[in-house]
Amino acid sequence: MSETALTPGVTSGRLSAEQYADNFSDLHPRLDDHEALVAADRCYFCHDAPCITACPTDIDIPLFIRQIATGTPDAAAKTILTQNIMGGMCARVCPTETLCEEACVRELAEGKPVLIGQLQRYATDTLMDKGVHPFERAKATGKRVAVVGAGPAGLSCAHRLAMHGHDVVIYDARSKPGGLNEFGIAAYKTVGGFAEREVDWLLQIGGITVETGKRLGTDLSLADLKAQFGAVFLGIGLGGVNALDLDGEDQDGVSDAVDFIEALRQARDLSSLPVGRDVVVIGGGMTAVDAAVQAKLLGALNVSLVYRRGRDRMNASTFEQDLAASKGVQIITNATPKAIHGNGSVREIEFEYTDDDLTPTGQTVRLAADQVFKAIGQTLEGNNLPALDGRKIAVTGTGRTSLEGVWAGGDCAAGGDDLTVTAVAEGRDAAEDIHTSLIGVAG
Amino acid sequence: MADLTSNFIGISSPNPFWLASAPPTDKEYNVRRAFEAGWGGVVWKTLGEDGPPVVNVNGPRYGAIWGADRRLLGLNNIELITDRPLQVNLDEMTRVKKDYPDRAIIASLMVPVDEDSWKAILERVAETGCDGVELNFGCPHGMSERGMGSAVGQVPEYVGQVAEWCKKHTDLPVIVKLTPNITDIRKPAQAAKDGGADAVSLINTINSITGVNLDNFAPEPTIDGKGAHGGYCGPAVKPIALNMVAEIARTPGLGGIPISGIGGVTTWRDAAEFMALGAGNVQVCTAAMTYGFKIVEEMISGLSEYMDEKGFTSVDQLVGRAVPNLSDWQHLNLNYVTKARIDQDLCIKCGRCYAACEDTSHQAISMSEDRVFDVIDGECVACNLCVNVCPVENCITMEELAPGTVDERTGKVVEDEYANWTTHPNNPGNCAAE
Repeated sequence: MSETALTPGVTSGRLSAEQYADNFSDLHPRLDDHEALVAADRCYFCHDAPCITACPTDIDIPLFIRQIATGTPDAAAKTILTQNIMGGMCARVCPTETLCEEACVRELAEGKPVLIGQLQRYATDTLMDKGVHPFERAKATGKRVAVVGAGPAGLSCAHRLAMHGHDVVIYDARSKPGGLNEFGIAAYKTVGGFAEREVDWLLQIGGITVETGKRLGTDLSLADLKAQFGAVFLGIGLGGVNALDLDGEDQDGVSDAVDFIEALRQARDLSSLPVGRDVVVIGGGMTAVDAAVQAKLLGALNVSLVYRRGRDRMNASTFEQDLAASKGVQIITNATPKAIHGNGSVREIEFEYTDDDLTPTGQTVRLAADQVFKAIGQTLEGNNLPALDGRKIAVTGTGRTSLEGVWAGGDCAAGGDDLTVTAVAEGRDAAEDIHTSLIGVAG
Repeated sequence: MADLTSNFIGISSPNPFWLASAPPTDKEYNVRRAFEAGWGGVVWKTLGEDGPPVVNVNGPRYGAIWGADRRLLGLNNIELITDRPLQVNLDEMTRVKKDYPDRAIIASLMVPVDEDSWKAILERVAETGCDGVELNFGCPHGMSERGMGSAVGQVPEYVGQVAEWCKKHTDLPVIVKLTPNITDIRKPAQAAKDGGADAVSLINTINSITGVNLDNFAPEPTIDGKGAHGGYCGPAVKPIALNMVAEIARTPGLGGIPISGIGGVTTWRDAAEFMALGAGNVQVCTAAMTYGFKIVEEMISGLSEYMDEKGFTSVDQLVGRAVPNLSDWQHLNLNYVTKARIDQDLCIKCGRCYAACEDTSHQAISMSEDRVFDVIDGECVACNLCVNVCPVENCITMEELAPGTVDERTGKVVEDEYANWTTHPNNPGNCAAE
């Protein structure tokens, strides 16, 4: 290793092989059997449990935990997966501290919730490691559905439709399925190629064909899909990224955080990934945290996450903020980017301090930066889409869009948080509605 | 620090904590360690008659029941009496007693039911200098199949007969250890007393199977695919033992026969409860087998703190203190009316009280949309289930209705005077005083 954290500029190989492996190991290793039993025993089996209400996919959490406690993790996994076919990924990436675990009565009682997320992972990993797919397809209906986007929403929708006996074709613009699970989540949250394994496992249901490299608008048209299929589900996510609209934004070293995260996730050799010595990430959401933490883990000397409002307004959860801080990321708040300075390559970025209403103060600060990642939000891309609600596709409760026969869910659809678990719920619920409409059930 | 000195039927020990006759007291090495740790006395592992010793199984002797985090709650054993030669045990007892004259050493005995056998072993035992003997009429497995242990303890006539022989052939205090595997514990206790025994000790272990292996369908513990019932002990048996101790303590005909309390004693508090219900001292086994001899330090400090707090200067002041408060159901006050009260500040909104009451009891707890749980006084029978299932201590309590107030469930005014079932109008056997 010739480079170190001190090497100026954007360079690869700042760490030893051991350091890379250690930095990108599993954030929360799977509980062992005894740990799982002890954790499961803390569940009170609440009546009409608040954790279920807090789960976007309504997993029967007390039941699955009791199933773990009684030595039947496979049964627990089925309880989870019946509601949430991507329960394995959600166990890894859900912000449980703002969902089920925040609602846990033990959080109220002791500030220490039952480890619901880790127990969910214990159960789903146990089943998936056996290669067991616990669901069966219903008798083929002969109905065909197109799903656009092989992310959590699309895969969830496709699986539920396939279970009901429909034939599904999933189209995705990228080279492989998985969506943000595969391309957009910090590596240490889903080690060992889990996203890919989960997709393979999910597809075992049968009746689902995946066609990659097919982008809506260029390779596919919604009109054609509508004509060829009995129903269309759009789970296309947010393909665009917001720009800073600043002078100097096109300088070398300035790029989108999502591209950095994607490159990192797809890298076979982390030591080949260049990273700056002084990295600045602009934004306050999960993407910003994922980029900042991973830049630090790749060996950057200084990583600053700069958000324009106060810390309590950040979209990243407290857990994520604490994680970033624990990894050595400096979180700077109330600073709005004003200018990117450099001579072809970024050298400094200038911020103006702003209050929570973004009122300018006239006071500025410059941060040294040889690499800048923009993480200030993603946007819906595409033409001839169904009617929008704001900047996303307008939908009803079960994902119906303004176009007859077209449903939508996940990040591209209005309403709901931009979370994997929300996408899974929306895909599942749309699938049920599509199923009902395809088989012509009255009601 | 309170004086914990115990004098049980003339046997003195620095504290009332004895180790029960069991594996922890099977040999000199263990007993020396126990005394070094601070135990007041030991009942040496049961001695059998001279000759070739018994043999134990060579597979698992114990099975267990666990609670959360694998905390051992109940232990089952199929071990027999000592499997070492009689003389070896006697020599060891002699040596240990000589080195620890202030500690109690009791010889537990089990020989066939004939006078000569008892006479013979009593003579041998007396030479050790031990402080007393305990007749093992309790072991429910193995020995009972040979006409000893619980096979004796389950027949009051045998209990009385053997006690009588023993009193005839030794000057040592005689304790009769009772089996709980019997319908009415007072009968063998009475027989022991009538036979002249100085004390009873109880309970021995309870017939039990700890579990079944659901792959090979063998009861556990399993020996080569088969299982036999064993004797159950540990924290799980404490309520059964407490009741049996109390039954003896409160039966007038038993004349206050001294009791050595045994059965799931794990902490100082357990010991104090046994003593309050009439036990003069306690014997411990499973707790020591689970945690080692060191636990006696907690028992000593805990009982001492408690006695200081209560102003007791002798353990005898604690013994039997709860016995007068043990009653029969028919004498419980039916005019004592309580209602459950939920402390909303302590409530963590788990809803277990609601589920328990709604599904299995009296539909006396309401649940609002925002998970506020309230007691419906008109339905609450004060059963206490909500208190028992609530995970937060003191969140739900029972509040007594003051005399003069109306019980919304019955519509009746709570009366001040005591009234029980014997005088209740619904009692067909009611023979109220004229």
